[in-house]
Amino acid sequence: MATQTHYKERLTRARLREWIEGYLFATPFLIGFFAFVAFPMLFSIWLMFQRWDLLGDPVFVGFRNIERALTDELALKALYNSAFYTVFAVPVQLVISFTLALALTQPILFRSLYRAGFYLPIIIPIVATAIVWQKVFHPDFGIMNEVLGWLGVPPQKWLLDPNLAKPAFIFMSFWMIGRQMVIFIAGLGNIPAQLMEAAQIDGASKLRSLFSIIIPLMTPLIFYNMVIAIINSFQTFVPALIMTDGGPQNETLFVVLNIYRNGFQFFNMGYASALAWELFIIVVGFTIAQFYIARKWVYYEV
Amino acid sequence: MEPTTFPTLRPKSYRRQEIVRRIGLAVLQVVMTLVLITFLGPTLWMVSSSLKARTEIFAHPIVWIPETPQWGNYVQALTMMPFAQFALNTFIICALTVSGVLVSCSLVAYSFARLKWPGRDFFFGLLLATMMLPEIVTLIPMFIEFRWLGWTKPGTIFGFLPLNYLPLTVPYWLALSPLYVFLMRQFFKGIPVELEEAALIDGANRLQILLQIILPLSKPVLATVAVFSFLQAYNDFLQPLIYIGSRDYWTLALALRSMNDAQVGQWELLFAASTVVLIPVLIIFIVAQRYFVQGIATTGFGGR
Repeated sequence: MATQTHYKERLTRARLREWIEGYLFATPFLIGFFAFVAFPMLFSIWLMFQRWDLLGDPVFVGFRNIERALTDELALKALYNSAFYTVFAVPVQLVISFTLALALTQPILFRSLYRAGFYLPIIIPIVATAIVWQKVFHPDFGIMNEVLGWLGVPPQKWLLDPNLAKPAFIFMSFWMIGRQMVIFIAGLGNIPAQLMEAAQIDGASKLRSLFSIIIPLMTPLIFYNMVIAIINSFQTFVPALIMTDGGPQNETLFVVLNIYRNGFQFFNMGYASALAWELFIIVVGFTIAQFYIARKWVYYEV
Repeated sequence: MEPTTFPTLRPKSYRRQEIVRRIGLAVLQVVMTLVLITFLGPTLWMVSSSLKARTEIFAHPIVWIPETPQWGNYVQALTMMPFAQFALNTFIICALTVSGVLVSCSLVAYSFARLKWPGRDFFFGLLLATMMLPEIVTLIPMFIEFRWLGWTKPGTIFGFLPLNYLPLTVPYWLALSPLYVFLMRQFFKGIPVELEEAALIDGANRLQILLQIILPLSKPVLATVAVFSFLQAYNDFLQPLIYIGSRDYWTLALALRSMNDAQVGQWELLFAASTVVLIPVLIIFIVAQRYFVQGIATTGFGGR
């Protein structure tokens, strides 16, 4: 009896000690979470209802910022630009990265070299990428017009042409598929070899096994890459800031660029917060909607 | 039902199949090489243009390879601004970022992986949720918060560290990189618990266990996290743009941007500077490629 109590007591003591150690080790995150995640989020909800340029005192303006975020012509233009960019960039990115991943799982030579080359564009500092692509699209001395010229396409003004500026950014995004590709390669490597062999023995053509085996088995990764790509596309803006500063005629004014301008150039902290929340809700809404739609097409093994 | 014919029973057609397969692979090899050239095109053009004479940059048709490499472009590009200072600034920020991530994330990851405490799973859920949180929502309130702390003012702390670097690096010391915590936690969970139990019985405390048992066994994940966080800090543009005021404290990214805004016609200098900025990234990429692939394949995140 006595030994049992003693044992229990030691156990609780050890458990208590583990609790304390647990909190101590997690302290950086606990502080960080409250100071730089939870508090800023609550604070920005409060900010939405203020007019504040950081110099004077914040003034309560009710729903005016939110109303403006939902009706302002530029804000809506920015939303349209980001949506346009996302709708056209993401599907093509997925097709390119999936095709490259398929090709790199065939028995060709120097596979790791190709993989590294396709991955490279996304580790180049974003400023350098933006600068180089700005010159690539230069109407007179850029390589885009030069290469298209070989195919007989007349020179275009790209970033200076209101109709071609967004397509130029979409085109540029096709180079940024390295992460998606690596994920697809990893997934393709996990497809059971017996399945492919069985299909081959049954006389299925390569194309047939692609559509009946490989793609269905890859749908969870396609879905995953799609969700992340949409979230990222809605948030791109650094290339636009450097290459066009939102022009011409606000055709490349993307949502985050609009938020950045209002926050850090015009110092409309309240309005910028309202815009940020608007974007956040749209992105979360999109993501949730995709999870619902995913039930219809994503195949999960049981 | 027709009997299944096995390829081995029909050697002639099998050989033909093999030839078709080989031709297919050869075609694929050629196509992939063309695609690779397309992917590297802008970068290669940048490097080649950085060695061109001004007249070659603005020539029609495009000069792909400079006749005589103008190495002087590099000297000129690197001396028109205090480039060494910007490089040093950038590496200070990178060092503070990488060390902060390694220290704080390994402590937190160990707590989430091994220690039992009330609320642990709840907070781990919160950590994963912050992975999905767009940076933009907290950008403005965090700026105001850092302004209250006085970290957006000019001036230094400890006599050498610019106050403006604190908003860029302190969050990393507070484990606000859910991806890295997650990566480390997964790795720590894979280490046999018996090793720790033996050490606990021998009277070791948790910190000793983390430092002497767990971390030495976790070099691959530490390398992955170090590489990712270095690149994240090195390539970052938005945070330095918002927080760094004085030109003396600029990073390479900010310097490149200002050069781009100022130098309208001197592409060769701009490309030379961009190439120099790219070199550290390339070296790390070549040396640590397998850590990239591992990191992305296990988490689906990373890179950018």
